[in-house]
Order: sequence, then C-alpha cells, then structure tokens
Amino acid sequence: MSTSIDATSSLGTVATLKRGLDLSPELRRGLGVTLGLAAVTTVGRIVVPFVVQQTTDHGLLGKDGPDPGLVTRYVLFALIAVAITAASAYAVNVRLFRSSEAGLASLRLKAFRHIHDLSMLTQNTERRGSMVSRVTSDVDTISQFVQFGGIILVLSLGQIAVATGLMLFYSPLLTGVVWLCFVPLLFVIRRFQAIVGRAYTIVRERVGDLLAAVSESVVGAATIRAYGVEERTATRIDAAIEAHRAASIRAQVRSVVAFSSGQLVAGLTLAVVLVVGTIQASGGHLTLGKLLAFLFLVNLFTQPVQQATEILNELQNAVAGWRRVIGVIDTPADVADPGDDGQTLPRGPITVDFDAVSFAYPGGDTVLHDVNLSIAPRSRVAIVGETGSGKSTLAKLLTRLMDPTEGTVHIDGVDLRHVRFSSLRERVVLVPQEGFLFDATLRENVRFGRPDATDEDVRLAITELGLDAWLAGLPQGLATEVGQRGESLSAGERQLVALARAYLADPDLLVLDEATSAVDPSTEVRLQRALEGLTRGRTSIAIAHRLSTAEAADEVVVVDRGRIVERGPHRDLVRQDGVYAALHASWAAQQRG
Amino acid sequence: MSLDASADAAPSLKRSLQIVWVGVRREPRWFAFAVAGSALYGVMTVLTAWAIGKVTREQVQPAVAAGHATAAQLWTIFGWIAGVVVINVVGVVIRRIAAGYTMYNVAAGFRREVTRQYLRLPLAWHHRHPSGQLLSNANADVEATWNVFAPLPMAIGVIIMLVAGIVQMVLVDPVMAIIGLTVFPLLFLANMVFQRAMSPRVSRAQQLRAEVSEVAHESFEAALIVKSMGREQQESDRFEEVTRRLQAANVEVGRTRGTFDPVIESIPTLGTLAVLAVGAHQVANGALTPAAVVQVAYLISVLAFPVRALGWVLGELPRTVVGWDRVDAVLKARGELAFGSEELEPRGASHARLDRVDYSYDIVDEHGEESTFQAIHGVSLEVEAGSTVALVGPTGSGKTTLTNLTLRLVDPHHGRVTLDGLDLREVARGGVSAVAALVPQQTFMFDDTVSGNVTLGGYYTDEEVWQALEVAQATGFVTDLPLGIETRVGERGTSLSGGQRQRIALARAVIRGPRLLVLDDATSAVDPAVEQAILAGLRKTSAGTSVLVVAYRMSTITLADQIVYVEGGRVVDHGTHQELEQRCVGYQRLVTAYAREAAERAAVAADEEVDA
Repeated sequence: MSTSIDATSSLGTVATLKRGLDLSPELRRGLGVTLGLAAVTTVGRIVVPFVVQQTTDHGLLGKDGPDPGLVTRYVLFALIAVAITAASAYAVNVRLFRSSEAGLASLRLKAFRHIHDLSMLTQNTERRGSMVSRVTSDVDTISQFVQFGGIILVLSLGQIAVATGLMLFYSPLLTGVVWLCFVPLLFVIRRFQAIVGRAYTIVRERVGDLLAAVSESVVGAATIRAYGVEERTATRIDAAIEAHRAASIRAQVRSVVAFSSGQLVAGLTLAVVLVVGTIQASGGHLTLGKLLAFLFLVNLFTQPVQQATEILNELQNAVAGWRRVIGVIDTPADVADPGDDGQTLPRGPITVDFDAVSFAYPGGDTVLHDVNLSIAPRSRVAIVGETGSGKSTLAKLLTRLMDPTEGTVHIDGVDLRHVRFSSLRERVVLVPQEGFLFDATLRENVRFGRPDATDEDVRLAITELGLDAWLAGLPQGLATEVGQRGESLSAGERQLVALARAYLADPDLLVLDEATSAVDPSTEVRLQRALEGLTRGRTSIAIAHRLSTAEAADEVVVVDRGRIVERGPHRDLVRQDGVYAALHASWAAQQRG
Repeated sequence: MSLDASADAAPSLKRSLQIVWVGVRREPRWFAFAVAGSALYGVMTVLTAWAIGKVTREQVQPAVAAGHATAAQLWTIFGWIAGVVVINVVGVVIRRIAAGYTMYNVAAGFRREVTRQYLRLPLAWHHRHPSGQLLSNANADVEATWNVFAPLPMAIGVIIMLVAGIVQMVLVDPVMAIIGLTVFPLLFLANMVFQRAMSPRVSRAQQLRAEVSEVAHESFEAALIVKSMGREQQESDRFEEVTRRLQAANVEVGRTRGTFDPVIESIPTLGTLAVLAVGAHQVANGALTPAAVVQVAYLISVLAFPVRALGWVLGELPRTVVGWDRVDAVLKARGELAFGSEELEPRGASHARLDRVDYSYDIVDEHGEESTFQAIHGVSLEVEAGSTVALVGPTGSGKTTLTNLTLRLVDPHHGRVTLDGLDLREVARGGVSAVAALVPQQTFMFDDTVSGNVTLGGYYTDEEVWQALEVAQATGFVTDLPLGIETRVGERGTSLSGGQRQRIALARAVIRGPRLLVLDDATSAVDPAVEQAILAGLRKTSAGTSVLVVAYRMSTITLADQIVYVEGGRVVDHGTHQELEQRCVGYQRLVTAYAREAAERAAVAADEEVDA
C-alpha cells in the first residue's frame, strides 16, 4: 500500500526535459525574446571576426595599398558591432538568470511541499539528508545547465546553420564533406549520452548518501561522544565521501572521452577538408583563396559542434539532478488530502468509530486485527497495553498518518479519507512521544500550534496547563531559545513544550501518544488535572504506560497483540482477572517500590 | 574607507591564489599532470596554425600550381594535420581527467577534515550550529571552494600560448606590441572591479544556500509534527521565504557575472581594432609594413582564447574565497575537549564523584545577545564503587546535565568530576567512554542493523549481542524482525517504536560491561512489567558496575543505595529512601504523586458509589 520514494525517475532524457520544463514554466517565459537577443549575439560573434578579416584584406592588404580611411570606417563599424554584441550578451545573461532562478525556485518549492505531502511511511523510506539533497544540490546541478548550457546549445545550433550557409556559398562539395565527417559523431554521441547519463545519476545518488552520513554524525553527536565511536562514525562517513569521489571521477572520465571525440572529429575534418580541397583546387574547381577562406568557415562550424558535445555532457548532469527531483515529485502521496472533494466538518464534540479495522505495515505482519471501537464525544479514553501491542498504530490511524489496510475509521460518522486535511488537522491533533522542536524561541515553538496566537495566548496556555513555575525557572522565559531540535531543553521539558503547542492549537480531539513519558510524576499529575478540566467538552485519547492516566480516564481500552481485549472504566477492569488487572498490579507494585 | 576595510570587502587576488595553492599542495602530481596536459594542448594549438601554414606552402600551393595533386602530397597533408590534432586531443584528455582527479581528491580530503571536525568539536558547538548549515559546509561549500580546479590547469597551460604570442608580437614591432598589450592592464582592471562587486554577492548567495539547506533539514526532521498538526503550508511558506531570497541573491550574482563576461570577451577585440586603426596610419606614414600590422592583429586575436580561459578562473575565484572562508571557519573552530594521558582501570565497579560542580550554559536570546545561564550550582555527588545512586528531581532540575558531567560530555566550569579519584580532564581520549556507558533519555539509532546498533562496531559475538538484548528485554521483538539482529532499523530507527529503541540503546550499554552505568530515565517508553524484568536482569549482571540512575518510579528508586534529590540545579537532600521520605518535602511530593492521586480518585469514586 505505501510507496517508497523513487531514487530517481526512470524518464528518458527528452521526457525528463519536458517534464522539467512543465514543472518550471518560468523557464519558458520570455524565451522568444531571449533567443532573439541570443541570435543577435551569435551574429555579432561571427560578424566581428569577419569584419576584422575584411579590414586586413581590403584596408591593409588591398590591391591599391593600405587605405587608412577605409580602415577607420571598418574599425568604427566593428566597434559598433562589438558594443551591440556585448550589450545583447549582457541582456541574454540577465534574462536567463532571472527566468532560470525563478523556475528553479519554484521547482524547489514544489519538491519541498510534495515531500511534506507524502505519507509518513513513504517519508520514512528515505533518509532526511538525502531528501535535503533533492531540494538543494540536485536543483543547483540543474541551474548550471539551464543558465549557460541550454542557451549555448541553442546558439550553437544557430551558428552551425549560419556557418553551413556560408560554407555552401563557397563550396557545396566541401560542405558535404564536413557534414559527412560529423554524421558518425552523432551516433557516437547518442551512445555516450546514455553512458555519461548513468554515471551522473550515480553521482547524484552518492551526494544523497553523503549528506545522510554527515547528517547522522551531526544529529547523533551526543551518542557518538558518549560511546566514543568517533572512529567508527568517521569510517562510515569516509566511505560515503570516497564513494562520491569515485563516482564523480568515473563520470568525469566518461564525459571527457565523449567530449574529446567531438574535438577529434573536428580536427580530422579539417585534415579531410584540406585534402579534398587540394584535389579540388588542383583540378581547378576551386581557387586557393576560396579554399583558405573555407578553412576559416570550418572553424566557425566545428567550434559550436564541439561546444554542443560538451554541453550535452553537462546536460546529462542536469538531467540526473532533474530526475531525482522529478522522482520525488512523481512519488504518489498515498495518504492524500481529498482537497475540495473532501468534507469540512463543523467544530464541536467529536465521535470516533473504528469499523473492522486491520493494519499491516508494508511487507510486514498484521499488527491490528479487525478492531471495532466507538469513542463517545466528550469522553476521555486511555489506551493501554504492552509495548508492541498496536497502541501507537491506533493513534496513527486515528490521525490519518496512515490509512487502514482494511476497514474504515470514521469521525463524526464520516470516513476519515473523505475529510479535508485542513478540517482534520484542525480538529484532531496528535502529540507524539518525541515532539520535535524547532531551533527558535519557546514562544515560537508553542505558537507553531496556532500561528496567529498572541504572546498572551501563549502565556495563558502555559498557565492553564499549570506550567508557570517551570516557565519561571527558564533563563529567559518565553524568549528562551530551545536550540537545535530543542536540545537545549531536557526531554521532559521538550514534552511540555509539545503539549503546550498542541493545547494552543485547540483541537476537538487530542491524541496523546506517551506525550508525558519523560515528565516528572508531580508535573504529570498536575498536567493531567489541567487537561481534565480543559478537555471537558472535547474528546481525548491517551496512550500511556503510566497507568495513572488510565485511572483518571472515563474508559480504558486494553490492546493486546493487535486486538482489543478489554474495555471499561478503570474501577471495573481492575476488579476483573484480566490483562488490565495484571498490568495495573505491576504498575502499582512499581509505585510502592 | 581605510585600505584594510576595502581589502576586506574585496579579497585580493593574492589571497585567492594562496587558497588555490593550499589545494595544489594537496594533489601536486595530478595538478602537474593537468598543467602538463594543458601545456601540450597549448603548444599543439599554436602548432596547428603553423602546420596548416606549412602544408599550404609546401604541399597545397605546389599542387595547385601543378594542376595535379599526388597521393604522397595528400598523405603528407593529412598526416601533418591529423598528427597535430591527435596529440592535441591527447593533451585535452590528460588535462581534463587530471583536473578531475585534482578537484575531486582535494574536495574529498577537505570533506574528511570537515566531518572529522564535526566529530571532534564539543556538543556545545553543535548546539550553536544548525545541522543544515553543517551539511552545507561539508558539501556545497567544499564544492564551491575547489571548483576552480576545473578551469585552472587550462588557464595555466595556455599561459605558454600567451607568452609565445607576446614574444612574437614584440619581435614583429615593439610599438605595435605595446598598443596590443594595453589589453592586459584593461583585463586586470576589469577583473578588480569584478572581484570587488562579486565577493559580497557570492558570499550572500552561499550563506543563503546554507540557510535553504538548514530550513529543509529541520523541516524534514520535523515531518511528523508538521503533518500531524497540518502545518505543511506554513512550512512551505517558511521555505519559500528563504528560497526566494536565494533566488534574488543568485540573480544578483548572475547579473554581475553577466556584465563581466561580455566585457572580458570584448577587450581582446578592442585591442585588435586599436592595432588595426593605429597600424593603418603607421603604414600610411611608411613606418610599418602592412604585413607586420596584420601579424600583430592576428596574434592578439589568437590570444583572445587564453585570455578567456584566465577569465574563467578569475570569475571562479570569488566563490573559492567565500567557500574557503566558510570551510575554514569549521576547520579553525576550537573548543574541543582537551585530553590527558591517564588510563582508567579496565575492570571493577568504579567510584564516581562530583565535587562542588558548577555548570553554565551559553545562551543566545532572540536578538542574538549572548549570556550564560547557570544550570548547576555547587553540586557534590558520589557513586561509591558497586553502589546504585538514584537522581531524583522535577523536570528541568538539571539531572541530565549532571549525567553529562559525570561522563564528561561537558566539563564543569568550577569543581571537579572524578572517576576512581582521577580528574576526568586528565584521562586519555576515549578513556571515559571505554569504562562508562550512558543510556540517554532520547535514544539515537544509527542507520544500521540491530546488531550494529548494539555493538557500534565493537568486537562482540552474536551470542553476546543476544545476551545483552535479553537483559534489555528486547529478544522478543528482535526475534520477530524479518532478519533478527541483522535487520536494518532505518535512519534514526524509524522502523521501531520508542520503547523498542530504548531497549536497543540499553543493550548497547549493557554489552560493554561498563564499570559505571548511567541511566537517564532510560525506560520511560517501556511498560511497567518490562521495566521490572529489565531491572531484575541488570541486578543480576551488574555485579562489577556502579549505577547512576535518573528515575521517577518507586521500583527503580528503591533499588538505590542512595538517593540524591535535586531541584533548580542544587542538591536539596540525599540519603536513603526512608530518610528522604521523612524529611524532604519536595522528594515526598514527587515520588508519591501517583499514589496520592490514585488515593484521591479512589476516595471520590467511593463517594460517587455511595451517592449512587
């Protein structure tokens, strides 16, 4: 059911370019004008050397001797041509930078957004560092090509056409010779393209691996130090660095071979033209002057061909980057927002129904079997059970982080899959055990739950949760910076912030998955009381090992090996000789010590 | 503006070249190869023109004059041109491949150094630097620094062409040569202006590139929260904001470069035109022959190409400097813990002691103002050999900081932390982690197998791994995994639950048979029955181990010989459970919280039942 992120899309070069252009429409915008200006630049680049040549031929080496007046006129004309060429080149550069940066920015944004839209299970199939590379260095790779290569490729074709025209004027036969020499190159390049392309695809993947390895060493810094495994970690990173280096060099060698074939053909063409030209000239079909002029034109022809060969290699690098970005964008979001087709549920007390729900992780055993469960509005439910019994899976299905393999989950009688995300996320909020905090102030982290909340709202939320004393003990109160991943706070404090964040979001159903496991007992009891007071009118579901939560709940649901085995209020269950009674006995024993 | 300040704004060519030299020294051979290949290319390019001239004079002209070309003549023509071309291409291949080796080898070397630094620098440094930025330093910044090696060998190689060309010009006519050579000061002037305009822009773009990476990394790490709170749009907006700034910065870089490129390209042409204009008048005055003018003009146009190659290098240098500064900042960062040379005993329970320890965190407020916050005030604490000490206190009271001090993850600002009487600062590198193990509150899993996560590369048999998992009560679920202990757990252990990760982390500590075991609320995600079994297992196996345990549960606390109660970073009281229960109010309130709560609820429930 769940898909994994494609390492790279399987589209061919042309299809990739097409898809890439569709994803970044800005690249096409104003392209006509840019190409027009680029044509002016190209013509300028041919005209200027041509005028220089004419100046020497007619002004200095003319039949009637040097003519300073003519030279001055030609030079002035050339100066104007140089100025126009430079100005149009500048305009082309700026226009290209503008459109390509705009196009790539929107590609980055699309990929970024799509990664967040992928289901949790899909996200977990890829390492975070590798995901980062898809919105950073993979896109950067494309920019190299789009900014220089793409246009040069087009211009080169233009120059090839112009040069061919001029060559035809001098000698159709020799022009045919030139083209004949280059035809085999076309086939060779086609083959090389595929080889070079594969090599660059591997390079892009190695970059992802490299970032993942570095990310692990940074995020796991504390564990690495506590266990003194710096050497081992270094070995792992070194392996990723080496794999990247080797792949880069392999790609470089292949592209050099491909590029050099272009250069070799260009040089050999010159030799062949000179040979055939000599035969022609000695046969009287061509003057020596025309042959020499033709050689000059051959250079105008081979130069863009070589350039194009080189850019085709660069293109493969870009296509490799593009494929990785497209790979992620084209990965289907299997737990999708129904969007406009979905329903928006009105706010208010919420009911939850699990209807014959089963769940299995992709390629794994079934972890929930045929669960039927109704949760009444305004009730406080505790879900208990041993580790691995399937409690957290229930929470994830309920918040639609995953969809059931069989059966349906309803809220207010509506299939969860038909509820718009905007409505669902507003009404149902999950607080997981390890609530990630952002590198910002405590205030901003709490406000993540409701961006329009004022300082007063934030303060009130903390007061209502009974956390004033804790806040007062922090160095800078609400302005305290929590550090990377909140690591300047203790795990218990991070849970307090995560709870305040969810509380401020003011959902109709609060799902707490071990949300206070690292908090000290008296704070936890205080929180529980606070939530009780405040959750009246709303529904709450708590998953906890600390059975104080179950004692306080209206109803306890006991999960065992993926099935609901008992349910009822604490005081009834504890008197039965069942799973709950046993769990509670060991919990009580713990409290007595 | 003072001279220094302006030098600051625009790094001098000298400084850029110094950085390049650092790279050259890393890979002198490959670099020399690349330059040699380039020189071969330069010589052959000059020779191509010469060879065409030679065969035209010696073969083509006679053949045309004779009205007939012999096979020998044609082969000679082909042989000369093809020969020169093939050698030329060989030069190109050597240059490019060797340049690739230089660039990627140097970059790989610096990546290793930068990542070594990440492993060496203290946690406090890591807390100050966003992960995304560190990713960018190791990847994009290293790349930006050494990309210059792609065009550099070409530029150096073609200097041969440049020198040959200049010498020929001077030989033809010194006056014309001088006019032609004014091209060079112009180029340098253009470059200076360019560097000055470019550096701050490149620097900004590179900084923003790191910020984009930072936001992406943090946002993807937070993916679950973003999803469960429906904040995808808000995160996209945050990413868009920094992406748009990078876009604008890149356009600025492009605009500058886009101005510079046409200028550089035009300068040699302008030189040619100047020579022609002046030369034509000189010829008219009879001071020069037309042939001399043509030759000088031709030479300048030939030189346009090497000059362009130099331009590529010059265009790349601002990025080199900026990238290097960012990489160098990591390489130069200090503050790593200093180590002594003392060795700790390898066996037997150890005696840990904190002696009047103070510890302050460096904090930065919203406005970037730095200050410190004292988290630990004069704490003394002792774990006698073979004993178990429980550290109890409310959330945020400094317990985790104390465990970090005990294992020297951080050093105290005042006071001493000792193991067996030895100050931890005098212990050799790796000494503390060899004898002490920490199971932190929030566990970290490597993208490796279960077995790899337990052994962390140490030499243990599978049997030992299973034994450790048994103590940690993890055999049950590990057996159920598709490949048992050889199952990969995914990045950060995403395929496991919180309780499962904690138990693997526990096995990781247990397998080492540590002399000091520090458990920082290490079973918070494990259910009560399992915790009981874990504690029983630990008691059996930890004969030679001292234990410091952060705990809230009575069952854990009552295992302790001593209890230390902390509040607000100070030790409030210590003693046995019975002693503290009687005399320490805070302790009492904390450990009996659940029991009191249960009793109260029971009373209320009883009332309700009576009422009903």
